[in-house]
Amino acid sequence: MDVVVSEILQKSESEALKYKSIEVKKHLELEYDLGTLLAVDNNDFESKFLRPDKREDYFLNLARDNTQLLINQLWELPTERVEEAVMVKLPPAKTLLPRMKPVPKPKSLTKWQQFAKDKGIQKKKKAKLSWDQQLQKWIPLYGFKRAQAEKEKNWVLEVPQNADPNEDQFAKKVTARSENVAKNELQRLRNIAKSKNVKVPRVGVTNPDNASSKELQTAVTVAKASTASLGKFQDKLPKEKEARGVADITPGASRKRKLPPVAGHIEKKENLEILDSILNKRPKMNIEQAVAKQIQSTKMDLSDNNHHERSKGGGSKSKNKMGKKPKGGKGQRSGGKNSAGRKRR
Amino acid sequence: MRRLSEERTKVLFEKLAKYIGPNIKQLIERPDGVYCFREQKDRVYYVSENLLKLAATVPTENIVSLGTCFGKFTKSGKFKLNITALNYLGAYAQCKIWLKPSAEQQFLYGNNISKAGLGRISENCEKYQGVVVYSMSDLPLGFGVAARSTAECKMADPISPVCFHQADIGEYIRCEEDLL
Repeated sequence: MDVVVSEILQKSESEALKYKSIEVKKHLELEYDLGTLLAVDNNDFESKFLRPDKREDYFLNLARDNTQLLINQLWELPTERVEEAVMVKLPPAKTLLPRMKPVPKPKSLTKWQQFAKDKGIQKKKKAKLSWDQQLQKWIPLYGFKRAQAEKEKNWVLEVPQNADPNEDQFAKKVTARSENVAKNELQRLRNIAKSKNVKVPRVGVTNPDNASSKELQTAVTVAKASTASLGKFQDKLPKEKEARGVADITPGASRKRKLPPVAGHIEKKENLEILDSILNKRPKMNIEQAVAKQIQSTKMDLSDNNHHERSKGGGSKSKNKMGKKPKGGKGQRSGGKNSAGRKRR
Repeated sequence: MRRLSEERTKVLFEKLAKYIGPNIKQLIERPDGVYCFREQKDRVYYVSENLLKLAATVPTENIVSLGTCFGKFTKSGKFKLNITALNYLGAYAQCKIWLKPSAEQQFLYGNNISKAGLGRISENCEKYQGVVVYSMSDLPLGFGVAARSTAECKMADPISPVCFHQADIGEYIRCEEDLL
C-alpha cells in the first residue's frame, strides 16, 4: 500500500517538474480587462535579454507568464460546472474597441415623411375597430371584413348630377381604387430610388385626368420643345409660363434665355421695328372718341341753327354776315398751342 | 443686366406709347449717342451705350441701378411706370394737364385731380389716355390717366375727377426706399 502511494507521489512530482510554476512574480501588477480577456503588462523589458540570440526565448517566456497571470485571474472568478466543463462568467468589458465598419447612415425619409416633418404633422393612431352607425356593428380598419362591410354599405351608388347616366359608377370606383394603388406603388418606388440616389427616367403624365397643373405644364413645355427645331417656331400664348426643371430635356427652350449681345445699332433697328409694329397698328374703333365727336358736332349744329333763327329777320344781309363770321368749331378745333379749349361766344 | 425680350419690349413700348406716342422714336434714335433699354431684376433701365460698357465690368448681381429706371414689370407681366421716368415723359408728352397752384399740393400728396384744380388741358385728349401733369409754370409734377376726354371735361362738375393719379414727384420723399 505504502509503495503505491509513494509511487503515485513520485509520479506526480515528476509530472509537476515538466510544467512551470503557476506563480509568476512581477515588479508591477498587470492591468486586466477580463471581459475581453485582456492583460496589459506595464513592466519594462530587461535589456540584457534583448540581444538577438536571446530575444525569442525571452518574449516567449514573457508571453507565457503574462498568460498565466491572466488565467490565474480567471480562476478567481466564481466558477460553475456545466456538463463536465468548468465555466466562468466573464464580467462586462471595460475596454472600448473601435468598430470595424462605418456607422450606418440613417434611413432617408420618404417624401411624405419629409413633408410631415417640415410641417410638424404628427401621425395619429387610428382605432383598429370603429362603430358603424349604418350597419350597427364594429368594423375593422382593414381586412376582408372591412371590404365586406364596404360592399354591404355601398350596394347602391348615387349618380352625380352632371355625370353621364350610362356610366357605371361601380366600375368607376374600382378603377379609381386600382389607379390609386398603382400611384402609391409608383411613389414607393420613387422613394426607394431617391434613397439610393438612382436616377429614374421621367414617365411623363401617367393619368391626364387627375394630373396636377404643374405636371400638365411640364408636359406642354416638353411637347413644345419636341420639334425638329427644338420648339423655336412654336407659338406662345400671351401669358404662358414655361415649366421649371425640364431644362435638361428641352435644350432649346430654356426658361430665361439670355438674348445674345448685339451691337447698338442692330438693337436700335430691332427696337424701331417693334415700335413701328405698335404705332402702325390699325386703330380699333374708338367708341369713346366717336361719341365725343358726335356730341360735339350736334352741338355745333344746334348753335348754328340758333344763329339762323336769330338772323331770319335780316334777310340777305345776314347771309353776308354768316360768311364773314369766323368758323367757330364744327367739331374741329384748330387752335394753336396757346388756346385752351373752344372759343366761347 | 439683360436685353428686354421681344414681348417685354412690346409691353414697354405699348405703355410708353400711351404717354408719348410716336415720340418713343426720339428716345431710341438720339443724336447724342446710342441709348437702349436694359432689364435688371424686372426693372427696366434706359441707359446710354457708353455707360453700359462701363457697367459691364461690374457683376450683374452687384448692380443696383444704372441709367434711368423707367419702371418695372409686375409678376403678371404688366409694366408699371415709375416717377423716375418723368424726365423723359415730361419732355415728350402728347397730352398735358396744367394744374392751378392751389391744386398742386393735393396732387403731390397722391390724390386724383378734380375739375376744380384743372388749370389747362391740351386739346384732343382722349379718355383714359396717359397724361403728364405740369404746374402752371411748366414744371412736370407727375403723370396719370385722363379720366375724361377734353370735351367731356368742359361739362364736368368741379368735384369730378379729371385725371387719375399714377405717380408724382412727391414720391421721391414718400417712397424714397423703393425708387431706384
